[in-house]
Amino acid sequence: MKKSVGYVFAAGMAAVIGSAAPALAQTQPAKSPTLEKTLKAGALSCGVNPGLAGFGMPDDKGVWAGLDVDLCRAVAAAIFNDPNKVKFIPMTAKDRFSALQTGEIDVLARNGTWTMQREAELGLLFPVTNYYDGQGFMVRRKLNITSALELSQASVCVQQGTTTELNLADFFRANNMKYEVIAFATSNEAVKAYDSGRCDAYTTDASGLYAERVKLTNAAEHVVLPEIISKEPLGPAVRQGDDVWFNIVKWAHFAMVNAEELGVTRANVDEQLKSTKPEVRRLLGVENKYGEFLGIPNDWAYRIVKHVGNYGESFDRNLGAGSRLRIERGVNRLWTKGGIMYAAPVR
Amino acid sequence: MSDAIRTSTPIFVRESMTADRAPPVSNAGPAAWIRDNLFPTPLSSVITLLALLFLAWALPPLVRWLFIDAIWSAPNGDLCRAPGAGACWAYVWQKLGFFMYGSYPREEVWRVNLVLLSGAALVVWMLWPDARGRGGAALAFFTVYPVLAFGILTGSAPFPTRWLPTSGTGQLLWAFLYVVLIAGAGTLFYTGRLTALAMAMIGFVAWAEIGAWWPTLGLSHVGTNLWGGIFVSLLVATVGIVFSLPIGIVLALGRRSQMPIVRFLSVLLIEFVRGVPLITVLVMANTMLPLFVPQDWSPDRLLRPLIGVALFSAVYMAEVVRGGLQAIPKGQYEGAMAVGLSWWQMMQLIVLPQALVTVIPGIVNSFIALFKDTTLVAIVGIFDFLKAVETARLDPVWAGPSISTSGYVFAAFFYFVFCFGMSRYSLMMERRHAAGRKR
Repeated sequence: MKKSVGYVFAAGMAAVIGSAAPALAQTQPAKSPTLEKTLKAGALSCGVNPGLAGFGMPDDKGVWAGLDVDLCRAVAAAIFNDPNKVKFIPMTAKDRFSALQTGEIDVLARNGTWTMQREAELGLLFPVTNYYDGQGFMVRRKLNITSALELSQASVCVQQGTTTELNLADFFRANNMKYEVIAFATSNEAVKAYDSGRCDAYTTDASGLYAERVKLTNAAEHVVLPEIISKEPLGPAVRQGDDVWFNIVKWAHFAMVNAEELGVTRANVDEQLKSTKPEVRRLLGVENKYGEFLGIPNDWAYRIVKHVGNYGESFDRNLGAGSRLRIERGVNRLWTKGGIMYAAPVR
Repeated sequence: MSDAIRTSTPIFVRESMTADRAPPVSNAGPAAWIRDNLFPTPLSSVITLLALLFLAWALPPLVRWLFIDAIWSAPNGDLCRAPGAGACWAYVWQKLGFFMYGSYPREEVWRVNLVLLSGAALVVWMLWPDARGRGGAALAFFTVYPVLAFGILTGSAPFPTRWLPTSGTGQLLWAFLYVVLIAGAGTLFYTGRLTALAMAMIGFVAWAEIGAWWPTLGLSHVGTNLWGGIFVSLLVATVGIVFSLPIGIVLALGRRSQMPIVRFLSVLLIEFVRGVPLITVLVMANTMLPLFVPQDWSPDRLLRPLIGVALFSAVYMAEVVRGGLQAIPKGQYEGAMAVGLSWWQMMQLIVLPQALVTVIPGIVNSFIALFKDTTLVAIVGIFDFLKAVETARLDPVWAGPSISTSGYVFAAFFYFVFCFGMSRYSLMMERRHAAGRKR
């Protein structure tokens, strides 16, 4: 109840902010109050998860790293040519949206699920999806199960009172399978119970499954099944009413995806400046001047790739083979490689 | 009769004392101690045996887990994840920097160390009962130290720079103000009146001067969003402790005041803040407050919980102090008034010294509770020590079954050392102050 009151209030505030900004945007297309504020402050205010391996958490030296963190660094690189000009503000699930509404942060890159309620009621916008997540199952390798459809009669450990629990019930009912649910108050307890053998399977979002797997006594004994039973498109969020800012965040992600598609990497981006391919020349700002229209320099995408890398590099470093999580790329592969990661062209 | 005794030679005079005989074995030595303390009655014997059984059951695995099977050094979590491995101290060692400083830039941590060490030195000097110049240490700790610490930690001028003039006329005005302030302060100081006011004016000028030349030190700016770890826990606790006692004393006196408005306001504040859980105060400060005020006016994210914690502990302190005030018999007040002391003198010289000593256990109780309550700032996204431990355990390089426990054991050790230290210090102070009333 308390939560919904907060949301209504936040939405009201958004309406006030929102009513003033579009008029400004129409008369001066390249003016973004958020961009101006960021330039004045000399750093991007970015709300991140206080601790989610692979998406946003500080390392031994307290330096933030993760896929969401990289997106904020990409925006900062595009604006300042310096990926470190970001003020990372750890956000709890409770205060993340109000912090965005009040302007305390200007991008919320906190593995938030893109939902209608958040855009329609809370006055937010999700420019892109930078990670397609969904609920999956983890089982012991020795059970010799290769599909979630073989989980009939299984006992499943799950965290209580989450959408995860509801999705689980839907999945088993839809497939006419019997199962036993063993629910726990925290995900930590659920994982412990699974590790000690109280259940056959453990379920949560797929990225979480990989993160939990490395904590198990013997990680190699466990496999994540290929089925994904729910849609969890995770992405950054911005306030409504600043379309230019919305575009900057969106294109920062698109630049990373396009760079991967065109084979532009952190290592070869300087050579690629001499490329004759028109797409590469447009992306890196050698031809055309799209950056100007957003109020950022024309080599914005070059800066992003130079400082942060392309999407594939970021994924690999934080979540994939280059990290300890070793998450399969799965649906997050490029559309050219069988996934659904697709970016609009720079032209 | 008496003459006879005086003249006659003594029959026997002991030349030396006989050697002490050892007490019977049944009354001294370890055996007697064990019998008297561990097995005096059948019930005690049973309890002793049960306790010994419990220790025999609990201690060996604990020692094995904590020390024998523990992993003392490892490059990553692989060794700690191996079956049979105990506590993972390698992980605590690797993350120690993060536990200490959070995200504070590593090349700048000397600033944190400088502030922490000088603060510790001042606190020890101030609290050491037989040290000389304790008043000076206290004055430095409560006035100069916070200003300099702020300047060193943030790298920004410890004076609101927007007050410093940039234009020529502004600087002229500023110079004029200086002359007036210093002249006024000097006059007041030498006439011997209002020394405190003079000191305050000199302090203000000095503060502005420090603020003016501070940027020339060239310290880089470190925003509070990077502060974290033990450093922030100590900061929150120190600010809470330092502010709660004076504010608490003022509120307690206000509540017992004869003046209705002062009394009403004190009661209102105390009851209102006491009626709200600390978590609510913190969430209110960090989630709701920004909704009510424009972004530019909104205080720093770390400052908000600091104010919340200080205010919260102050009202509890007020009630503890009020308990002490009520324990002072009316005769003390009447006696003080009879010798012609003013109200402030009476409070300062007669009532408060007795009242505060009476409630030392209560005060320290509040301090210890406050020290542990500082972990609550984590729920508003501040990386205090416990939050740093909670975050570090998720690092996939280390994550494993024993990682969380190792981190929490380390945290428990840290909190125990501090809380136990405070408790011992207060016991010592109690004994010193209660010399006249000891039983």
